[in-house]
Amino acid sequence: MSATTPSTTERLLNPWVRRVFGAAALASLVALVVVGLFVAPPDAVQGDAQRIMYVHVPAAWIAYVAFGVTSITSLLYLWPRTRSLVWDRIAGASAELGVVFTGLTLVLGSIWGRPVWGVWWAWDARLVTTAVLFFLYVGYLALRRVPAATDVRAKRSAIAALIAFVDVPIVHFSVTWWRTLHQQGTVFNEKLDAEIHGTMALALWLGVLAFTVLYVYLLDLRYRLEALDEDRETRELDAAIADRVRGAVGVTS
Amino acid sequence: MSPVVRLRSVVCLLGRFPALAGVDLDVEAGEVVLLSGGNGAGKTTLLRVVAGLVPVHQGAAEVLGTDLTRDRRGHRSRLALVGQEAAAYDDLTVLENVRFAARTTGRSDADADTVVGELGLTPLADVRHGRLSTGQRRRLGLAVGLVRRPELLLLDEPHAGLDVPGRAFLDGVLASASDSGTAVLIASHELDLVRPVADREVVLTNGRTLPGDDPTVDPAGEPGVVR
Amino acid sequence: MSIWREAGIVAGKDLRIERRARVVSQQILPFGVIVLLLFAFALDPDRGVLRRVAPGLFWVTVLLSALLAISRSFGIESENAARDGLRLSGLDPSSVFLGKALALAVELAVFEVLLTAGIVVLFDVHLGAVVPLALAAVAATVGLAAAGTLYGVLAAGIRARETLVPVLMLPVVAPVLLGATRAWEASIDGATSDAWPWVGLLGVFAVLFVGIGMLAFGPLLEES
Repeated sequence: MSATTPSTTERLLNPWVRRVFGAAALASLVALVVVGLFVAPPDAVQGDAQRIMYVHVPAAWIAYVAFGVTSITSLLYLWPRTRSLVWDRIAGASAELGVVFTGLTLVLGSIWGRPVWGVWWAWDARLVTTAVLFFLYVGYLALRRVPAATDVRAKRSAIAALIAFVDVPIVHFSVTWWRTLHQQGTVFNEKLDAEIHGTMALALWLGVLAFTVLYVYLLDLRYRLEALDEDRETRELDAAIADRVRGAVGVTS
Repeated sequence: MSPVVRLRSVVCLLGRFPALAGVDLDVEAGEVVLLSGGNGAGKTTLLRVVAGLVPVHQGAAEVLGTDLTRDRRGHRSRLALVGQEAAAYDDLTVLENVRFAARTTGRSDADADTVVGELGLTPLADVRHGRLSTGQRRRLGLAVGLVRRPELLLLDEPHAGLDVPGRAFLDGVLASASDSGTAVLIASHELDLVRPVADREVVLTNGRTLPGDDPTVDPAGEPGVVR
Repeated sequence: MSIWREAGIVAGKDLRIERRARVVSQQILPFGVIVLLLFAFALDPDRGVLRRVAPGLFWVTVLLSALLAISRSFGIESENAARDGLRLSGLDPSSVFLGKALALAVELAVFEVLLTAGIVVLFDVHLGAVVPLALAAVAATVGLAAAGTLYGVLAAGIRARETLVPVLMLPVVAPVLLGATRAWEASIDGATSDAWPWVGLLGVFAVLFVGIGMLAFGPLLEES
């Protein structure tokens, strides 16, 4: 039997809640731009370049949250008692968001690095780990693209996601070990999370809030898209079964 | 005695296509049941469902005492599926392939050698599967299946491409099914060859069996005619 | 039948096929050596660079060659109805996983020994502390074989298998590349105490992926 009846869980948020989230996302992003670019003071050492932190850190945070959600929902799908396609849809949607936000994190970090470190990229442990994370889930998304029956794809993807999840600490550990063996030049001492307080802290938290709300909103949108897609496939399947029963379709097996 | 195979209103999918759209089927131990139907009727899929290789989407399916909707793996070692291609590796010889099949089901190399002999494959024992002719491959396919000494034998167009010594052997297997207690489900177009040895015939049309277990088949010959 | 006996049957089958068809020895090994040559073309052999980066080049070559070996390992199961045969065999899927991973590990090990001779000869590498070197290689090989067999079966029924397995597997085995290279660098420099932590990491990876493989191989084989 199919794992879930699509019609009962076509969305994660009810329409009013979704609108509230959408409005809140927009409002907090606007507030973030205002506070981050104009209200918060420039950093004493890095100058205005430090402002990018107000989006870079939240992006990284959401990336980790998104992949965490993918991992948990993948586990929930594989566990027979909680198996439901709802988890699979969330896993896929969240992974997409995770990849986008990880890519954003890398690009923003690179843009920050150019004026502050003088280079577009550095082989710092965190950057490398983030890059590997990016590719781990790009692979996951490629796997989800392979045409297959919904439950086959769900099982395969869930297993792949859990392998990636288990691998992340190993990657983090090995990369950090590796990079601490090498002396880093003083130019890289300007860390991304320098001491911050006052309006700067406000801007950062505003960023985290805005991105979290945005993530939930986008997750719901993407989920609904996936649910609609699967619903269409189920209806096409029911029609095909009915056709076959009537003998209207004759296809070579 | 409970039937070896018992399917009721089974629907199953190949990807998104409903290959079976309502199948009822019973096979008893020692019985030879002929499964007939045109191309695309779903005969191969039905055999694969019985073997537990394809999941049951809707309906009830019990094979060798196992409910396939709960567990479609447990019964597999007690049956054999012989299809258009053998479960064989091109780089291994006839003997090596049959021995591998024997070992994986707990049979001995001696059993393998015996079956190879029974199928007249001994002169080809050291020939790689990739070098065999079609008829020889079909014989090897039978050997690989039969070395398992299955309680249920699923045959998919076994006469197609089978050479003369192979056919003689196959006839022997079908004829002795009731003595050995082996249940045989055989999908075939070769109605003239199989009807004489079959106990019953089930016609499959567009993924469905005709209502009733013992359909009357048009004596003019063409099964699968839409009612 | 015990899980090891079943695994032995499967591994024996894979290795017998390899001995007959000689794909690893006649195709993948030459590929590996050619890659070493290409590195020499790319990196100018006259400035001592090759010797210094040899461990890294070695393990990158092993990784890329492993992708070919994995493709071959599951290619043979796509012949005829072989995969059906495996599924119908009644063998415990964990045993099939162990068997295929074992065969793959043996093939990779032979490949690595010969490729090591290659870097000693071509890049003028002096091997140094052989014990941590060998242990690192064993752990890395088991880890690669386990992860490779896992991703091989995951992609077994998929037509884009050859391009999908690399994009899935390479990020996952990045720690193996890191660990093996560092362990080898340390061993070659004689700083064996630096090598052991990396050998440990490789060991953890290997055990983890053998475990995951034993659990996940069955469900993945069913969907292929």
